[in-house]
Amino acid sequence: MAIIEVNKDNFEDEVLKSNVPVLADFNAEWCGPCRAMKPMLEEIAKSDPGYKIVSIDIDDQDELAEDYEVSSIPCLVVFRDGEEVNRSVGLISRDAIAELMEG
Amino acid sequence: MYDIIVVGAGPAGMTAAIYARRAARSVLVLEAVNYGGQILNTLDIENYPVEAHISGFDFSTKVYEQAKGLGAEFVFEKAVEIRSEDAAKTVVTTKNTYTARAVILATGSENRKLGLEDEDKLVGRGVSYCATCDGNFYRNKIVAVVGGGNTALEDALYLSDLAKQVYLIHRRDSFRGEETGAARLKEKDNVEIIYNANVTKLISEKRLKAIEVTDKLNGNVRTIELNGLFIAVGRIPENQNFADLIKLDDAGYVIAGEDCHTNIDGVFVAGDNRTKMLRQLVTATGDGAVAATEAVKYINSLKAV
Repeated sequence: MAIIEVNKDNFEDEVLKSNVPVLADFNAEWCGPCRAMKPMLEEIAKSDPGYKIVSIDIDDQDELAEDYEVSSIPCLVVFRDGEEVNRSVGLISRDAIAELMEG
Repeated sequence: MYDIIVVGAGPAGMTAAIYARRAARSVLVLEAVNYGGQILNTLDIENYPVEAHISGFDFSTKVYEQAKGLGAEFVFEKAVEIRSEDAAKTVVTTKNTYTARAVILATGSENRKLGLEDEDKLVGRGVSYCATCDGNFYRNKIVAVVGGGNTALEDALYLSDLAKQVYLIHRRDSFRGEETGAARLKEKDNVEIIYNANVTKLISEKRLKAIEVTDKLNGNVRTIELNGLFIAVGRIPENQNFADLIKLDDAGYVIAGEDCHTNIDGVFVAGDNRTKMLRQLVTATGDGAVAATEAVKYINSLKAV
């Protein structure tokens, strides 16, 4: 499965109403650590991990960033059944991403 | 057993890997997070020879691909211990144990914290250590930068183009950073520099709301309401895990000269975690070249015995 680009129009369907857990990657094109994280997320997405990975560009989707009080990127937010259950700020390793999903 | 294990995949470590591979030595690079290191946070590198402008991400990706292309192996595990048994070095990670003839420590440094209550909790909720990463969240808002070095000056300058108001809080009465940065800052109408002061308290509800700033000279406390605080009070070398074996100075840097030799034969150091005059991209890659060359010399000397 590929990473899905999410905006305020499809956020509810793709994230809040998703029937699998969602890892939301709040990022921006100019953010170096975000760009460094992207290949890891792409690899995880391809490995069919049992959850969905979505990407939210905070420059285009500033309302979503504000709604979820994102003020540092990269910021990974885990959603289960429409609720935020976990969050991590800053570049983290692939193993740490896996732990974030489990926690 | 590898010839050389490099700990850390920043510019110093990856350059060491390139030099070691060019000398036909087997190389394992161990990295806790991902390749790149601190330079990833730099939007635009303007002082590295060859390219007038390149982002830190593009720079590190090129170096990573160069090292990989030459045959360096990368494993993303955090090194937590080094052991030295004569001609063999053991590096223990959170997951595995690896051995090599020589080790190069290129662990770099991490952000120094202010050490205030709730500081960790507020990261991503108003507290940041990276203005270029997070500045965009503070368009037309009020922010403060704490620190007095080049990074603090650059951060304040960068933020002054985005934020409504920028406070720069510095514990001394003058700046030790580059003079051009301080001069450019003083010309900005929306920047107030507060000298001789420390941030002494973070005031928050769900996110940071205000800070308390204490004047060092008269003890006066001023509360500044703001949306974001950018902490740029320097870096701490990431050598603590190796302190049992490797001699560090009082600030935690590995004691080594320009030859990158540590107190242990066969263990070398490269980059920002070494005692040195100037911590820059170009000196980090320079260290990588020296450390790898010295490591190869050391390995050759083992074989001669």
